[in-house]
Amino acid sequence: MKNAVGREIPDSLLVNGKEVYQGKNYMDGKYIQKAAPKTRRYETPRESKIVDSIVQALKDCGAKSGMTFSFHHHLRDGDYVVNMVMQAAIEELGLEELTIAASSLGAAHDPIADYIEQGKVVGIQTSGIRGRMGEVVSAGKLKTPAIIRSHGGRPRAIEGGEVHIDIAFIAAPTSDCVGNCRGVGGKSDCGSLGYAMTDAKYADHVVVVTDCLVDFPNFPTSVEAIDVDAVVVVDSIGNPKKIASAAARITQNPRELMMAEQAAKVISVTPYFKDGFSFQTGAGGPSLAVNLFLEQYMDERNIKMGWAIGGICGPMVELLKKGKVGKVIDVQDFDLDAVQSIHTTPNHFEMSASQYANPANKGAFVNKLDFVVLAALEIDTGFNVNVLTGSDGVLRGAPGGHPDTAAGSKVCIIVTPLVRGRMATVCEHVVTVTTPGDCVDVLVTDYGIAVNPLRPDLIECLDNAGIPHVTIEALKEKAYSLVGRPDGLEWEDKVVAVLEARDGTILDVVRKIKPFVL
Amino acid sequence: MIPRPKPERFRLRRTMMFMNAQKPGLIKDAYIYGCDSIMLDLEDAVAENQKDAARFSLYHALKTIDYGDTEVIVRINGLDTPHWQEDIRVCVAGGADGIRIAKCESAQDVLTVEQAVEEAEKEFGVEVGRTLLMAALESPKGILNAYEICSASDRMFGVAISGGDFRKCMQTSPQHDGVDMLFARGQMLLAARAAGIQCFDTVFTNLDDQEGFEAEVLQNKAMGFDGKSLINPKQIRFVHQVFAPTEKEVIQAEKIVRAIRENAEKGLGVFTVDGKMIDIAFLPGAERTLKLARACGMYEGDLV
Repeated sequence: MKNAVGREIPDSLLVNGKEVYQGKNYMDGKYIQKAAPKTRRYETPRESKIVDSIVQALKDCGAKSGMTFSFHHHLRDGDYVVNMVMQAAIEELGLEELTIAASSLGAAHDPIADYIEQGKVVGIQTSGIRGRMGEVVSAGKLKTPAIIRSHGGRPRAIEGGEVHIDIAFIAAPTSDCVGNCRGVGGKSDCGSLGYAMTDAKYADHVVVVTDCLVDFPNFPTSVEAIDVDAVVVVDSIGNPKKIASAAARITQNPRELMMAEQAAKVISVTPYFKDGFSFQTGAGGPSLAVNLFLEQYMDERNIKMGWAIGGICGPMVELLKKGKVGKVIDVQDFDLDAVQSIHTTPNHFEMSASQYANPANKGAFVNKLDFVVLAALEIDTGFNVNVLTGSDGVLRGAPGGHPDTAAGSKVCIIVTPLVRGRMATVCEHVVTVTTPGDCVDVLVTDYGIAVNPLRPDLIECLDNAGIPHVTIEALKEKAYSLVGRPDGLEWEDKVVAVLEARDGTILDVVRKIKPFVL
Repeated sequence: MIPRPKPERFRLRRTMMFMNAQKPGLIKDAYIYGCDSIMLDLEDAVAENQKDAARFSLYHALKTIDYGDTEVIVRINGLDTPHWQEDIRVCVAGGADGIRIAKCESAQDVLTVEQAVEEAEKEFGVEVGRTLLMAALESPKGILNAYEICSASDRMFGVAISGGDFRKCMQTSPQHDGVDMLFARGQMLLAARAAGIQCFDTVFTNLDDQEGFEAEVLQNKAMGFDGKSLINPKQIRFVHQVFAPTEKEVIQAEKIVRAIRENAEKGLGVFTVDGKMIDIAFLPGAERTLKLARACGMYEGDLV
């Protein structure tokens, strides 16, 4: 069945009430039955929940084949915990048919690809999928299609019982002996633990894995001991060098700076750019640089940013410290400046992924967002964005908060170069739709700006300000005139990944790629 | 093949951005940054044993890339090198808008280049006179001969000082108040204005010293330069900002142009606008202001 972004969704996936994507805010007003976990009572007072090993914790939580384990990705490319737990479960306990439900997976998790090939891991639910894992899943080696969700879609699915977590593993930079966790104070600090919060509340069992045990009570907590079954102390939960980068530097690349300047200019001519406005930007080159130019416009107009959300970097913390932004609310930290700031700078707060972006709750921050500046691997003439699959059709990215912020914000700006190497970024049809075009408002490229025709109000703003813009078709043609028009990818029928829209409907599927033969 | 329109001898040239002609990644789309002119360099940026490779890269860029309204000028190697003749052939064959003569010291230098350009135009079937010239003054002798250089040829659209070499000759270095080149800049401006051509200031090379750069651009504008050479796209915005006319100037220019045209029909040569005496001598200046205003997005009328 064809969905609202023109993608053919196999009927075999449309079971148990699953629907195809119908357009944004389709689920508004519907009810959701939350799924409470079945948890064990710890009535007898005990001094500590510390157990000797991950194997012991798995045994204590009744781990068995066929279960779903959850993880969060605050340790990013430095994470050791996913591999550690899966190795213990599969190689030491001999478990099989396991599903990993992670907030994201990355380059650190290449070893999981082996477990997929061996058929020990049969399900993957994640936002990001990259490296070898992306390759083996794209090659059709995972037994069930991977399910890709946005950062807001994940807590929605967990709270609504679409994902039932048997055991949640919390990688905790610090924990006390009963499992009160924080993201700072240890040797593998990551700042916010926002993605782990829903897991801890909705999993049947929760195991904390830490490399820095601190005195009870470890307060204020990010994950509370009242939800924790066991605490395991290991030598190291991650490689600090790969968890948070050194202070994120604003790019010096003139092309990226130019695009950032244009994006800031677009923001400045909309009616939403007024005192108290709200903003989110990514950590990538041009996105982060928007901060720099936006600050100039704020100074010129003598206005301040009310609040900023998202994954947070140093430059936003700087704005907070200078008093140019009222509050920063933080689901993840990308650099050491942000990590160090989260519990020390006044008005820098932590939030859960659900509070950040869940479309099924009653007050996600993204719904109050004025502006978001995002990147794209590809964007097509319907303004549909792909941030998941490469031009070869292989899984190598993550929707993250992209679809959530795009849908919630008043102005969603995509900043991307027109071409990358020999590939057209602005194209006729993206390989995979990860953010639907009805949520994307403005495209800023190095070759010009295009506004979604669904937003005549924004077109008028740009026209009044004398900001030149062209149609997205013109940008696409320019891109193809530079790098040529590629042949379409060739797929087999087998679906290797299902891309859920943030509301739970099916936005797109990724199929097994046909091997390329000359 | 991209046909380029016939170059305009006098057009807006606030910013000329230098880039190494040998670097395809740089020159493939340098126009996107919005500078008025691109200066593709065959001279100092290109190593001695890479001159030929740079010419190939330049030729193919000129032939395949649509630079649109952005002017494309090429800095050729000096007349004291074995490269300049071949450089000129490549520029003309590729259809560059203009050639910058490096280390120009006399009217004869201009004429020497002009002759080679004309021969190349004939050789490649390019309209004779199409290729424009500008001179870079890099030595005390060049500055002293500025007027004869500026007025040497009808192809000449402008003259520029090259600070690096000039300062070395003068045993000085960049100073915050510009005193190191104050006289040279002034002499060159006088010569350019006397010859009726444009005048451009040298590059500011310390990218970390934004304050120094801004001070120099403000001084350039105050001295009467038409524009400035740049080494990085991030310098463009400030120059365009400084060289933009004020809103008051635009309104005044519009009034003057309109009044001169209306009064000419009535047969009036001298009249007043807002209490000031105006005659035909004010027209070129007012039109230039409106053209500048249009380029800066400040004027959308149809007077220019």
